[in-house]
Amino acid sequence: MSRMSVLQSLVRPNFNFAVDVTVPLSGTTGVYGPSGSGKTTLLRCIAGLEPDAVGAINVGDAVWQDANGRLSPSQRSVGYVFQEPRLFSHLNVQQNIEYGFQRRTGDADIREIATMLGIEALMNRPVADLSGGEAQRVSIARALASAPTILLMDEPLASIDQRRKSDILPFLDRLQASSTLPIIYVSHSLDEICRLCDHLIVLEDGCVTAEGPLQDVLLDADVPALSGFETSAVIDAQVIAFDSDDELTTVRFSGGDVLLSGHIGETGQQIRLRIHANDISLTRGSEDQTTILNRLEVEVEAIHHGEGATRIVRLRAGKEKLLARITRRSVEAMRLAPGEQVTAQLKAVAVRQS
Amino acid sequence: MSEPLWLSAQLAITTTSILLLLSTPLAWWIARNRSVAKPVVQSLVALPIVLPPTVLGFYLLIVLGPAGPIGSWWVSLTGSTLTFSFAGLVIASCIYSLPFAVQPLVSAFEAIDQRDLEAAWTLGADRRDTFFSIAMPQARRGYFNAAALSFAHTLGEFGVVLMVGGSIPGETRVVSIAIYDQVESLNYAGAHQLSLILLSIAFVMLLTMFIVNRRGGTV
Repeated sequence: MSRMSVLQSLVRPNFNFAVDVTVPLSGTTGVYGPSGSGKTTLLRCIAGLEPDAVGAINVGDAVWQDANGRLSPSQRSVGYVFQEPRLFSHLNVQQNIEYGFQRRTGDADIREIATMLGIEALMNRPVADLSGGEAQRVSIARALASAPTILLMDEPLASIDQRRKSDILPFLDRLQASSTLPIIYVSHSLDEICRLCDHLIVLEDGCVTAEGPLQDVLLDADVPALSGFETSAVIDAQVIAFDSDDELTTVRFSGGDVLLSGHIGETGQQIRLRIHANDISLTRGSEDQTTILNRLEVEVEAIHHGEGATRIVRLRAGKEKLLARITRRSVEAMRLAPGEQVTAQLKAVAVRQS
Repeated sequence: MSEPLWLSAQLAITTTSILLLLSTPLAWWIARNRSVAKPVVQSLVALPIVLPPTVLGFYLLIVLGPAGPIGSWWVSLTGSTLTFSFAGLVIASCIYSLPFAVQPLVSAFEAIDQRDLEAAWTLGADRRDTFFSIAMPQARRGYFNAAALSFAHTLGEFGVVLMVGGSIPGETRVVSIAIYDQVESLNYAGAHQLSLILLSIAFVMLLTMFIVNRRGGTV
């Protein structure tokens, strides 16, 4: 598989950025970390917008930067979606989208891109008349129309108010599903990342603290940025039934069936579940009466130290893994140990359809 | 009567065209530069605003005169002198009106968002392309103001013209000089006529400029 390797360092007052990271040139790679951790800097380095950054960048067989020199931003075939739309105010929507298309020799289909992003009707509008969500969709279209070899997205939802995010997320899902274009997606929302990405890079204080397939990185109990509320695991599952009386959807994965409230998707559809460690409790076997719908038979794989007097228990459910955060007292009271069979009760499950 | 008017118009149009070309790179450099040389360059550009025209005219007379560095080179090139010629007037006017072309452009270029330029780079535009496709169109108001101000200012110059150009009919006798001559020869009616025309042109130009700027509309 083709890869991009990024070795960059940049020294600023109060901020040292030094990363050495490999990004697969397929699928969507999430870059996650707290504010000021260097997420945007990483994208800017890749795009060539940080002239003071030293190091090397290789994209497949192409060299974008090494000790001998560097390509200017216009020579790197990136599509960059910034936090703000950054549309050119003297051009209308169509002219904005055509700006990169005319300058790069790609085979982008502007009409198809516009349809995918739902902006066909806006093409003749001045950009000042667009809402925040529309403007951001136009900026995504503009980046795609330049037929990039990789799409860099820097918190494209950050400048859009919460209610309007749902105007864009479905388009991002569609973009991923319909193209083979590799995407690097920066966000400080792990929910967005779990929804969109299959590879994850975690940045803290200008350094990479974890990288790898999304599922694996999430299970790494030693990454500070993934502690606390964010501790979670993701599972890919398939919709198998919908009970219209109880309004419950049944989804299946190798570890069992899970019931989700509402009509989640059509039968056969693949969906991704995110399950927070705080939403799992453990019991031993017995048929207790409980309001919790979802109970999975799991095996304890490992017990790690969590924050304070908590423990993070890694569980195996079929071929998938889950994390549960429980108190040290509970671990001792239940005498939990690796290899034991227990029942995991899921209080809540976040869902992403694909 | 119309000869000085026509000459003034020619001078103003030529000067404005040359100034817009020269001021573009100069204003871009000033607007985008943070070097120590910047305030020095800014001061040099602004000098014609504060200097008495006679001071400027005096130095230009020396530099452009047949014994001066530029004047002697011009003589060897063309066989005629720069001083007391139309070409000499154009050079003098360009220096005299330089700040009126540079300042509006600097303001316009400073208002351009660096983030727009970055976006253009990532879309495959090199720096030169970005300047012509993003910066210049977005600075069009600045170009309009620069053109209007340097045109009006060149039309109204007197001291520098008198020192460098004198009053040769058809060559250097522009409107402002012609008015002066009329007054000297006590021909107040002629002076009135030319003055009124000049005043009207200047007023209409400034009015147009302020209306366009207030509207915030496109130029």
